[in-house]
This record gives sequence, structure tokens and C-alpha cells, in this order.
Amino acid sequence: MKKTRLILEDGTSYEGYSFGSKQSTSGEVVFNTGMVGYPESLTDPSYKGQILILTYPLIGNYGVPKNDFDKHGIDKNFESDKIHVSGLIISDYSKEQSHWKCEKSLSKWMEEEGVPGIYGIDTRALTKKIREKGVMLGKIVVDKDVKLYDPNQKNLVSTVSCPKKIVYNHGKKLKILLVDCGVKNHIIWNFVKRDVTVIRVPWDHNFLDEDYDGLFISNGPGDPKMCKETIANIKQALKKKKPVWGICLGNQLLALASGADTYKLKYGHRAQNQPCIDVGTNRCYITSQNHGFAVDEKKLKKDWKPWFRNANDGTNEGIRHKTKPFFSVQFHPEAMPGPKDTEFLFDKFLEVVKEHKK
Amino acid sequence: MKVNKVIILGSGALKIGEAGEFDYSGSQAIKALKEERIKTVLVNPNIATVQTSKGLADKVYFLPVTPYFVEKIIKKEKPDGILLSFGGQTALNCGVELYKKGVLKKNNVKVLGTPVESIIATEDREIFVKKLDEVGLLTPKSKAVKAVSDALKTAKKIGYPVMIRSAYALGGLGSGVVKDEKHMKDAVSKALSASPQILVEEYLGGWKEVEYEVVRDRADNCITVCNMENFDPLGIHTGESIVVAPSQTLNNHEYHKLRKISINAIRHLGIVGECNIQYALDPDSDEYRIIEVNARLSRSSALASKATGYPLAFVAAKLALGKLLTQIKNSITKKTMACFEPALDYVVVKIPRWDLKKFKGVSKRIGSGMKSVGEVMSIGRKFEEALQKAIRMLGIGAIGLVANGNYSFKNLDEELKRPTDERVFAVARAIEKGYSVDKIFDMTKIDKWFLYKIKNIVELKKEINGKNLGYIKKELMIDLKQKGFSDEQISVLANSTEENVRKKRNIYKIHPVVKQIDTLAAEYPAKTNYLYLTFNGNEDDVKFDNRKSVAVLGGGPYRIGSSVEFDWCCVSSVLTAKKVGYKTIMINFNPETVSTDYDICDRLYFDELSFESVYEINRKEKPNGFIISMGGQIPNNLALPMEKEGINVLGTSPKSIDNAEDRYKFSKLLDELEIDQPEWKELKSLTEAKSFAKKVGYPVLIRPSYVLSGSAMNVASDEEDLVNYLKQASDVSKKHPVVITKFLLGAKEIEIDAVAKNGELLAYAISEHIENAGVHSGDATLVFPPQKTYLETIRRIKTITKQLTRKLKITGPFNIQFLAKNNEIKIIELNLRASRSFPFVSKILKLDMIELATKAILNEKVHKAKKSIFEIDYVGVKMSQFSFTRLAGADPITGVEMASTGEVGCFGDDVEEAYLKSLISTGVKLPEKNILVSISGDENRYEIIDSIKKLKEQGFDIFATQNTHNFYNMYGIKTKKLHKIHEKKEPNILTYMKKGKIELVISIPRLNLKDEAKSDTYLIRRLAADYSIHIVNNIQLIKILTDSLTNKNMEDLEILNWDDY
Repeated sequence: MKKTRLILEDGTSYEGYSFGSKQSTSGEVVFNTGMVGYPESLTDPSYKGQILILTYPLIGNYGVPKNDFDKHGIDKNFESDKIHVSGLIISDYSKEQSHWKCEKSLSKWMEEEGVPGIYGIDTRALTKKIREKGVMLGKIVVDKDVKLYDPNQKNLVSTVSCPKKIVYNHGKKLKILLVDCGVKNHIIWNFVKRDVTVIRVPWDHNFLDEDYDGLFISNGPGDPKMCKETIANIKQALKKKKPVWGICLGNQLLALASGADTYKLKYGHRAQNQPCIDVGTNRCYITSQNHGFAVDEKKLKKDWKPWFRNANDGTNEGIRHKTKPFFSVQFHPEAMPGPKDTEFLFDKFLEVVKEHKK
Repeated sequence: MKVNKVIILGSGALKIGEAGEFDYSGSQAIKALKEERIKTVLVNPNIATVQTSKGLADKVYFLPVTPYFVEKIIKKEKPDGILLSFGGQTALNCGVELYKKGVLKKNNVKVLGTPVESIIATEDREIFVKKLDEVGLLTPKSKAVKAVSDALKTAKKIGYPVMIRSAYALGGLGSGVVKDEKHMKDAVSKALSASPQILVEEYLGGWKEVEYEVVRDRADNCITVCNMENFDPLGIHTGESIVVAPSQTLNNHEYHKLRKISINAIRHLGIVGECNIQYALDPDSDEYRIIEVNARLSRSSALASKATGYPLAFVAAKLALGKLLTQIKNSITKKTMACFEPALDYVVVKIPRWDLKKFKGVSKRIGSGMKSVGEVMSIGRKFEEALQKAIRMLGIGAIGLVANGNYSFKNLDEELKRPTDERVFAVARAIEKGYSVDKIFDMTKIDKWFLYKIKNIVELKKEINGKNLGYIKKELMIDLKQKGFSDEQISVLANSTEENVRKKRNIYKIHPVVKQIDTLAAEYPAKTNYLYLTFNGNEDDVKFDNRKSVAVLGGGPYRIGSSVEFDWCCVSSVLTAKKVGYKTIMINFNPETVSTDYDICDRLYFDELSFESVYEINRKEKPNGFIISMGGQIPNNLALPMEKEGINVLGTSPKSIDNAEDRYKFSKLLDELEIDQPEWKELKSLTEAKSFAKKVGYPVLIRPSYVLSGSAMNVASDEEDLVNYLKQASDVSKKHPVVITKFLLGAKEIEIDAVAKNGELLAYAISEHIENAGVHSGDATLVFPPQKTYLETIRRIKTITKQLTRKLKITGPFNIQFLAKNNEIKIIELNLRASRSFPFVSKILKLDMIELATKAILNEKVHKAKKSIFEIDYVGVKMSQFSFTRLAGADPITGVEMASTGEVGCFGDDVEEAYLKSLISTGVKLPEKNILVSISGDENRYEIIDSIKKLKEQGFDIFATQNTHNFYNMYGIKTKKLHKIHEKKEPNILTYMKKGKIELVISIPRLNLKDEAKSDTYLIRRLAADYSIHIVNNIQLIKILTDSLTNKNMEDLEILNWDDY
């Protein structure tokens, strides 16, 4: 049991024990209240630069599975090809694990990926602190001390986007152009499962000349305003009238492209139990979320309207154009981890694309 | 949809499979309806419940929840809506029957919430399987059958072993795994006798068992509030399993796949409100099966409510009224809304509480039928912590998972493979003995994750076992406390005392922190007052203020002798303290209770009722004092240790409590005061005991101190008994004396429940038992006000009570039990706490004696009660509910050790009316034609000859065993002879019972029960229990039953509500 410290930007310090990699790390400390799905969360590119607190205290129970690639080369057990969080903070680490799919322990995996973890922390007290004071920088110091690092100063999207164009499921009737700002595997999987071709392009790729039927803007890390090139491209795309859909960061980018604004939430939404109301109806969906920025609904242009709203705090969870096929959601319909109640939005988008193609 | 008046069906008496959880759900429903200004009419004969208290429902009918009575109430009350899903299977079955009979339609009563069609679809397996198949959801391969031959054919096709289940049965009654054809015939015919249809299905032993609690509104919003995983794999009823929430061994894919299936299933079934769905999940693949859906509030939903803080029953009631999830507030955070899924940041462990030692002859094996009588729930931030806490909460003498002296297993392998109620201890023992996790897994199929955690506990034990306290440095102490070791447990292992461990902890500054249950894992600020203690944390969630406050210690797990009645006392006490201006703190850990509802007290500590946790809570909260006289024996036993530590115990002084609880001191005190008592002797040596018994003559009664419900209390009828029982008694009551008293035959038993302040009697209620002494007061039938007790006796009881009240300077509730014979009265015991009859007498008297007692305890101004029993012109009868049908092998007989699991209480103009209402309320069908009589001894036969004559005159056909038959025929009473079972000749008792030809069994055993286990009369009684035939085995009960059947018919049972009396 190697003692380790977690030090926050306000100077507070917590003692715990080390697991995973023995390197020290620094980043923005955020929390997620989901009770399952650490392999999925840790590989979610939207966590780039962040140290993640899991509020559920017992972690590592079912270990880590091996890769499971489908015929398109999409790994169904993870959301990308590596761990993206900078560090993991938990209360109780299960050194022994049990699951028929388990290949190795969480600690071993994190060690292999060079990601440190700390356990034995009062994660509830820590979460309350972040809730009260807002997200803050922090570091896990295992051996050598490191400087506090602020990931938000950087264009994080550029570090997680694919370097070049990749096409999945060639030659299908419908072609979706997917702007990769740090896309999760299950978003791609949800498209190819529905028998469409996915053209995945880097975040700053000028896609306007690509041959596609519908445009999709992915999730991704950090401040949306860093993605100037993507916003500019979307602005052009909105003139073309082809259907556009975005998820998470995609929601914020679409909003910015439409002329609205975004802002940073005090401590974000990272959970699997966020209720979102379809505005103007009685329907409420339980959604999976992971975002620190939100769309400012008050600044929506007159052609746009809110689509979904968070039932807990009233923040925007999706927008849509009043007449054109442009819409986006702040939550994650692909889930992973989380509930799949809104997976039908993939069908909905593809219906619109199909309709529009006629 | 607008309704103005709603009838709510309760669940009746607590029984195995249907216990206190429905008091919680019914109370919540009433509160939800009241908030909408809807008039509420409650039908529930369970007089000890909170839901039947003043201030909740507008009208309460203490009447049986059967179609006959409910129809009459509907006609009288003319409600426009009915709630069926808050009173367990009893209410649901009653509702379905009313629906099928067209009663609801005819009277324009709308079923609120889940439509009856949907309920039927979940209850009838054939429809259920078909419905789920329509949407591609998997259920175990199975077939519903109505005949034995069909069952055998199906079983062959599926392949043995198979599982059989009966439809419409609570708690898995009549369910079981059948290994081969030979056993199949037997099991099927038994199950078919209890239910018209049974199910034969594929056996999924070893699969994980997982449950989800699902909520849906009429706009199709559908959420899962909680998922739970059974520690014990499939094959053990979920009510018999250790359950954890949330699931621990499911990954994201499994968790959310099953969640999604739950929602699909519930939408397709059309449920509106709350339901529970149970799964089998293959531990080696992605396969799953849906086991069942309960379209009502259940034990699991009560557990889920307490585990998450999400008020399921309250929300379900609102949804039944047509509200939407999006229109209901989250009452925990008060900021967010009810349409969300709680995120937990702790782990919850539920363990069932069995009481199998109370029954002679019962098998200790656990399986697919329920045997447990209650449960505990613990909260921690490590599994090890929660598990060890929960084990202590059981109150079975275990001080944690390890370090218990009293668990040894003759055949450990057998214990692991074929579990009993002690399985979890067997697992720990196996690890201690060096069994590998793999080996234990092979034998138990308990997921290895749980086994690894148990191993962690065992290893920590080994680390300190046999060492001394000095060995335990700060870091090790933290580790021990974080893994749930109590001070006492550490002291046993490290050769120290609890006090010294605590001192050491104080030096190290190791204390638990107080954490909130807030439903959102701290994501939003919550106003919640729902708290627990954990050593896995360094910061309290709440602040402590100096407000005038009082803490009430709860009753702990429901078990035989201590159940909902003590919860009623706790709730009434807390509400009173609140009313007179105190900040109230409640400590309890029973998930089936109302006292643990977040809206009862100002601060709820869902935690152990141990000295250690009381000490820690006192350290933080510093209340003005603790009320320990409401929760029964557990808090009562803490009086002395608390006083010793300087914690303020309110009410009667701990010294007085000790004088009453310690049998030796108490008997001496009575001698001093010259109050008569049965001849007694403290046990010092066996020889002395023997000579005392010889002197006063057998039978003698053996009585340990500081126990409730007559635990280890026994009647010895000879020397051999005496030796055996004395050993048992001194095992139970190690620290306190055991006393032997003369057992009086043929005496009448009378009780007084009373309230005093500073030695002055304020109010009292005297009630009499129908049964003669010898039947435990918790099993006996109580009549209040007494109908057969002489005025002079009552006067003398009052005098003695006043004498004791003064002497012990009693403040608060208390109860005294007396024997009356030949104009003499003798005291048998005094309890300086609320007794189980307090709610009964309070409700009959319409005077809340606990409210009065609490005021007295808090030194508020109180007046002597003006009401007296002589002003009551009606009668209340409290009757016990037994659950023998579920306890295979147990001898369904009453004695000095309590055996009933619940009670009902009904009103009547006379004792016979109240008696019959109570009898029907306990699930008894009154006989119409055939009665079996089997009596030992001519004396007994003669004693009830008039009763038999009356029954005959009423037109009943009396069947009798050989000697009984001969005896009555000699007196000219024509009976029909049936052969005893072992005679294997027709007409045989067995055939008659199997074919349902016997409706009532009258059976009097010999007093000496030693050889009863193998006797024919035992077999008759047991068969009666197996086939759910009412059995009477007490002479006084036979008399009142015959008198009632002779003098009354159904029309005489008046449909009156509480206020009508």
C-alpha cells in the first residue's frame, strides 16, 4: 500500500493509496455519479485532461475486459483505443475482481496505460467541495511532484481527433459525414449498425466538398470555442440545408455556429441519471452525460429553439432549428456508459436524412 | 381523472412473506392522497400498524381484507377509487377477486394505478410468458399445469431438476426445486392444494439473481429507481437472500441491458405506478431470463426506498392518481424532481432475519420458499463494512462476520452446498479453514467478488487474532474500523474489553463520520435528514446544533416477539416529542418500518442500535437524552451500559429497569413488597434446581433474564427436561441470572399496560387472555376490556401496579403480567418499557398511551387519563397470526416460547363478534361442514364435550380418530371415524385432508410434548398446516370458537369503522 496525495488548486490535500501507474499527474478535477462503466468512462475522449472522481465508492469490481472488435474494427468494450482521463480518484478499490469478461485488473490496465489512481479518499466530501466551489485543478502526486496543469488553455479536441479520414461500412445508400472532435466508439457503432456509411474526418477537416447525406458533429473535450475551424465549417454547412445532428460538444458547436453562445458550468454534468425533458411535452428521458460547458439558451437566435432541457437545473440539453433539419443534443444517446433511453435519436436522425435525400 | 374518495386495502397481520413493509407503503400512500385532498378509507385489521393510527386515513375499518368485507365497505362508503397495490399479495388478491366478481364495476369504483388486466398478466404465468414473448423478452422455459399428471409430463420434457412455483402466492409459498419424479408427485399435489395452478420450469440454479424497481406514469415516462443483486445465487428466494444495492458484479452492459429490458417489459405490461422485476443472469454469458414481475409495492420496493432514499410508495400513489413523474418533487433534495434515477455513493446490504430456533422440528435449510420473519439493512462505503454491520444488526448474538463463539459446523461442506440460515458464517469459516475462493465458489456459486471481500475480513481477523491491544497501531485500527469491525469484535480478538478498544480509538481520534443519503451522490445540495455512520470518510455531511433534542431508539429487525407494534410506539413517541418542541433523532435500521421514513423525525440515523453507535451519535448530536422504552428489548438492554457511560437515559431509571429485568432481583423485590408470585428459585446449581422442582412439583418454568418473546423459556415436565432447558437458558442469558418458577396449570393470565410519571400511575389498560397461562402472551388471544375477570381481581391488580409504580419510580410505559387462579393473583413479569399490546389497547381505548408516556418521559405537563375501561361499551380482540404453513416440519403448536409472526385486532359489540372478525382476519375460512377432532386424554375430551355437541347440533359433520371417536360415541355424539395416517387404511385422515374435505382441525396434544414430534397428532397438525387448514389446539379457544360459530353468523359481523365505536 503506497501512500499517495491528492492536492487541489486551493491548497487542500488528501491522503490516499496508489493504484495503477506510479507516475504523478495533473489536470482538471471533475466527478461522475454513474455507478457502473469505468472502462467506458476512462476511454471517453471527452475526459481528456481531466482527473476523474467516481462518486460510487466500490470500483474495479469486474476488472477490465479485453478488446472486442466488430467487423468494422470498432471496439465494443471501450470508447476509444486508450484511457483518456489523466487520473482516477476513488474511495475503495477492489483488488480482486470477478467477471466472465474480465481480462485484467483495473490497476494493471491503468499501469499499462500510464494512468495513476488514488483510493482511500472521502470522495463524497471531495465531490461536495467541487460542487460548492466549482471544478478546480488538482494533481495526484505519487512520487515526483508535478506542476498544476490547466487543460482548458489548450485545444484538447486537436489531441483526440483522428489524424485522417476513415470510412466505415463502404457503399451504403446513406452517407453520414462524422466530424471527429473526440468521437466515442459507440456513436460510430450506432451508425454502422443502422446500415449507413460513416465518413469520419478530423475536427478541422474542410468537409464541405465531401459527398454526404447528413452531417454529424461528435462529442469531445474542453471549451467549444477552441474549435474555431469546426465552427466555421458548420456555419457553411448550415447554408447547405443538409441535415445536421450533434451530440455533446456537437451541440455546443452547432449552437456557436448558429450564432448563440456557450458558457462553462460550475461543475458540469457527469452522470447516468440526468433527466431531460422534451420541451413542450410531458416526456422525460434519463440520459447519460459528460460535459462541462453548456449552450446559453437565452442567446439562441430567433430561428432556433430549445429541444431538451435538464429537469434538475433547467440548463439546455438540446436545440433545434425551427424549420430546417438541424438539431443537436447535449446528452449521449449512445450511452456507454449509461441508459439507452434516447438511442432512438439515431433512427430519428437517419429518417430525416433519408427523407431529405428524396 | 378526478377522484374524491379512495379505499386502500392493507395487508393484514404480519406473516412470513408479507410483513412490515406494507405498513410503510400504505402509510406513504395515505400521505400522498391526503396531500391531494382526497378522502381515504383504509381497510386493515392490523391494529399495531402506523397506517391505522389517528391522523392518517379519514376512516379506518379494522376488518378482514377479504372480498366479502371489502364489498360491504364499498357499498357503505361509496368510494370512487381503490388502491390495490399497497397491501401486498393479500390486497392484490382481494382486489382481483372483487374485479372478477364485477363488484368494482357495479359500484363504480375505479382501480387506480396499474389496471387489473395488467396485474392478472403478471400473476398468471401463462399470460405473463406470452406477453413478454410478444416483445421478444425471455422467461424460463416453463409450463403452467393444473394436474399432477401434466406436471410430471412437463418436468420430463424440461428435464430434472425442475422448479415448481405456484401462481398467486406470496413469498414463494409452495415453490421448490424438485430433483426427480418421485419427489415431484408429492410436491405438486401440495402446491396444487394451495393454488389452482402451478408452474413447472427450467432450473437456473447458480445464476445471478438481480432485481430492478421500476416506476412508470400514464404518459409513459418510465424509470428504474434501484437495482439490487442477490449475494446468494438463484435457487434461494430473494426474501431469503442477502441482497446488495446497487448491484456489484454487473458491468455497464449488463446493468443497462437489464434496465432497458425492465422498461420494455413494464411498458408492454401497462403498469402505472411501481413494480419489481426479477432476473436470472448467467454468470458465464450474456444470457438472462425474467423470473417475475410484481405489479405492486413489495418487500423489495420497501428495501429499494430505504436503500436509495427515493419514496417509491409515495410516488406510486401519486402516479396512481394520474400525476406525472415530471410533476412530482424529489422530496429528498426538495430541489430536483421525481423523474430521475438515484445515484448511490454507498453500498447497502440487506440480510434476512430468521427465527428458526423458535420452532420445533423445522428444517433450517433455506431455499425457494420464504422462512425469514424480518430483515435488516446496513449502509457503508465498503462492502466489508456494510456486511459486518448488517450481521450485528440481526441481533442473533453475532458480533460481526468473524470472532463469534457460537458458530461451528459439523459438516462445513454440506453447509456450503446446502445452505441454512447460517450460510454466510459458513463461508467465513471455510476461508478461515483455508478453502480457496474457487473451491467455495464451486460449492456455493456465490460470486467470487463477494467471497474475496469476505476473505478480506477473515484476513484482517487473522492479523489481530490472539494479539493484544498494543499490537493495534493507528493504521491497523483504521483498517479494522473501515472494514466494519466493532469495538467489541476487536476486543474479543485482541484479548481486551470493548471499553479499552473505545479508549484506544479515542486516543487515535478514530471516529465514524455522518454521511447523508441524498439520492444524487452529492451532485446537488440536499436537505435530507437521512443519515448513516461510516468509518470510510473524513468529513461529516451535517452540522450539529444546540437545539433541544431527544433521540428515540428503534426496535431493530422484525422477529418473533418484536415487530410492527414497537415501530408504532417509536413513531408515536417521535411525533409526540416533535409536537412538544424537540428536535427528534431516530435510530433504527429496519427497512420495513415507518420509523425509518425520512419524514417522521428531524434526523434519521439508519444505523446500528449498539452501544458503540449510540455512543458515537451521542458524541456528535449531544441530545438532551435518549428514549429507550419504545423499541422493545434491544434498546431496553442498552439502559445500563448507557448510564454507566454517562449518556442520559430518559424515563424510568436504568437501575429500576435492571430490578425488573433481572429475574433474581425482581423476584426478591416482589418478596420484599409481599406481592405474590409463583414459587421461585434462582439457578445456582443443578442439584438445587432439581430439588426445588421436586419440592414444588413439575411442571416448572425456566426463565432467563433480559429476553423478549420467551426466548429459551421452557416448561420442564420432568428432570430430563430440566437439565436440557437449563443449559439452553444459561446459554442465552450468560450475563444474567436464570430463575425457575412453579408452572401453574389452569390459571388465567391478565396483563396491564400502563403509563406513569415519577411513580404516579397516569393511565392503564387491563386485558385478559382467552387461553390459560402457558401460552406465551405474544401468542395468546387478548380481550380488552376484560369480560371474564372479576372486579375484585381488577382492583387488586391496580393496587399492586400502583405499589410497583411507586417503588420503582416508574416514568413512561410499562407492562405487567399476572396469573389469576382461585381468587389469587400472582405476578409473572414486569417490563419497564412499551409492550406489544400498547397499540392495541391505545386504539381500543382511543387514548394514545405512548403519546402520554412520551410526554411523561419528557417531563411535560400530563394529566391522569379520564378514560376508564368501564366506559367502553364494545370489545376488542387481539389475535395472533401464525406462519406455520411456511415452516415445513415445524409443529404448529403454541407454548411458553412465542411462535406467532403477527397479529390483528378487531372491534365488536361483544367478544364473539370481535373474535370472529379477528379469526377471519388471520386468513381463516370459517368451516361450513367438516371438522376433524383428535384429542389426547379423556379429561380433555370431556372438557370440550359441550363444544362438540354444539357443533354437531349446528349441523357440522364431526370426524374423529379412533379413541376420540369411541369416547364421543359413548356419550351419544355421532362422529365418523377416520383412520390415522400410519394405519394406511381408508377412510384416512391424509386422504381427507389432501382432498380438502376437512375445514377445521381440533387437536389437543398431551401436555408433555417431548414425544410429540413423532406422534400421530403431530402429523395431523402438520398436515393441517401444509394444507392451510385452520387448527385449534387449546381448550379455551375451542370453547370460544364453538360459542361464536353457534351464536353468530356472517351477517352479525357489523361493518363499522373505528369512529363508529
